[in-house]
Amino acid sequence: MGTSLLLQLVINGLIVGTLYGVVAMCFVLIYKSTQVVNFAQGEFLLIGAWTCWWLVTSMALPFYVAFPLTFVFMMVFGIALQMIVLRPLIGEPVISVIMVTIGLSIFFQAVIKSIFGVWAQPFPEIFPVKSVDVFGLAVQPAYLMSLVVSLVIMVAFAWFFKYSRMGLAMRATAFNQQVAQSLGISVKNVFATAWAISAMVSALAGVVVGMVNGVSSALSFFGIKVFPAVIVGGLDSIVGAIIGGLIIGLLENLAEYADGQYLHVGNLYTVAPFYVLVIILMIKPYGLFGTKTIERV
Amino acid sequence: MISSSLIPCGQFKTTYGADTTIFLTPASRYWCLAGVLLAATAPLVLSNYLLALLIQIGFFGIAALGLNILVGCTGQISLGHAAFFGFGAFASAWLNNTWGVPVLLAIPLAGIMTTLLGLLFGIPAGRLKGLYLAIATFASQFILEDFFSRANWFTGGSSGAMAGPISLFGTELSGDKAFFYVVLFFVVVMFLLGTNLLRTRDGRAFVAVRDHYLSAEVMGINLTKYRILSFGISSFYAGVGGALYGHYLGYVSAEGFTILLSIQFLGMIIIGGMGSVMGTLMGTAFMVLLPEGTEAAVSAIKHVTGDIPALTSALAYIKEAAIGLAIVLFLIFEPDGLVHRWRLIKSYWKLYPFSY
Repeated sequence: MGTSLLLQLVINGLIVGTLYGVVAMCFVLIYKSTQVVNFAQGEFLLIGAWTCWWLVTSMALPFYVAFPLTFVFMMVFGIALQMIVLRPLIGEPVISVIMVTIGLSIFFQAVIKSIFGVWAQPFPEIFPVKSVDVFGLAVQPAYLMSLVVSLVIMVAFAWFFKYSRMGLAMRATAFNQQVAQSLGISVKNVFATAWAISAMVSALAGVVVGMVNGVSSALSFFGIKVFPAVIVGGLDSIVGAIIGGLIIGLLENLAEYADGQYLHVGNLYTVAPFYVLVIILMIKPYGLFGTKTIERV
Repeated sequence: MISSSLIPCGQFKTTYGADTTIFLTPASRYWCLAGVLLAATAPLVLSNYLLALLIQIGFFGIAALGLNILVGCTGQISLGHAAFFGFGAFASAWLNNTWGVPVLLAIPLAGIMTTLLGLLFGIPAGRLKGLYLAIATFASQFILEDFFSRANWFTGGSSGAMAGPISLFGTELSGDKAFFYVVLFFVVVMFLLGTNLLRTRDGRAFVAVRDHYLSAEVMGINLTKYRILSFGISSFYAGVGGALYGHYLGYVSAEGFTILLSIQFLGMIIIGGMGSVMGTLMGTAFMVLLPEGTEAAVSAIKHVTGDIPALTSALAYIKEAAIGLAIVLFLIFEPDGLVHRWRLIKSYWKLYPFSY
């Protein structure tokens, strides 16, 4: 029984890990291009999932209409957020920027709770619920789909940053804002695009998780789990974010296994990633793939 | 620090010592004394409800001052202050229940225990700064929260711990009126200590670390020592504030010290003014009164429009949203906090009848 459970948990960990990876990637995208640590990343998932849920249930739109509409909404939302709230804070100290995103996160969470309530709402069925057999293990099709979607997003990100004009502009901005500006890149547009993409992709992740677990405020916990992932991978590395996400996803499930089988301390599932975070910060503060900053006076 | 433009005519300083006194002018000293005396008469006139709010401002203010020394003066970001606050509350209850330490002694002892914990968690702060430190303290918040719900011997686990009332010379100081004086005493002592700290060599070292840590190091300030020390001092304040909180409620449970409270502490010092002792008190008052103000506003709306059931059921969320919104709006429109606004008002009235 032990091994098959372990295998199941490893598969679960990898699938959840890819989702963490996707959210972490969105987080890193914002951090890299705008130097803002977004504590409201989890709320992006929340807002995206609830918007899609509302469009599908209350507006009775078919999923293939509701989903693009959610995307459009999240794009507008991301750009508006950047323009109204974050732009006045350019050049302010780190604490202000952190606190503004924390403030936003509290605000959105409260607003969402007051509109939609605190109970989890199931998504109407879009994919068959019957679990699929993979190597003799039962895996939900929505999970499989999420795996596929995550991989597609990762490939799309890789293409975007390597070949598209906007992606190159973003990398240039991340490297040095002043130089990018003097080369004719509109830094303002780059910032807005970064937030828009991040909001859209997070919403996608939110919808995927919502399909499996139901839509609820618990989704915003993804935004908190993102921190161990990005610290393990390095705050400014997109590849690191994906790998960090996978590591944290696996670790969570293995911690649960160890907890259930041997240790019996309970709750290790949620706390283990934070212990890892502190340890990583102590021994390798820039993560596995992050760039070390050298300070000169 | 009061900016020099606000010092009235005829106030000349001839020594550095005179320039770094606690109160820059005799007037500010007398106003401060008058404020304390006025506060001391509060239990005679105010209702218990208003008194309870003042007591909250007191113990939250003590903890917020600690955070302000850490964040505002030393420039270290901590997202785990509520955990230290909670540790103080549990420590005081534990000392009182398990070891029979009298409560009045247990409160400062809890502060010292929290200091030790803060020094331990401050060790990463010796290596990290800015963003990374924020994330590390964020993690420590979750770790400590988990510890609270698990350590049955210390916190009573999920059922919480009872915290006995304060007694002095055999008489029990229970009830809001008596407790108010206890809190007032601690507020005065802790705020005097805090202001004094900022005048000392160590306090100036904190500010130097905040303003430019490399220059500070070049000038012979031991960065690691002062960063960890700052964590310790801030934890001491959090511990004392938390202990007062615990004995005020009479019951401590782990649910009270979530990340939301940490954020509220940060909100207090941002709204009040970073690095300002008076601002801390102003910000705390704002943060404590904000939910009350929101509730009053909601009931005023209901008074005009008639009862809206949706509004009543969403009241808790509206209060929460107001906290987030206040932090965001202050950061965008008044990043220097209420204390800055207060200075502007003072300088406006300084030359009042003949301003030209």
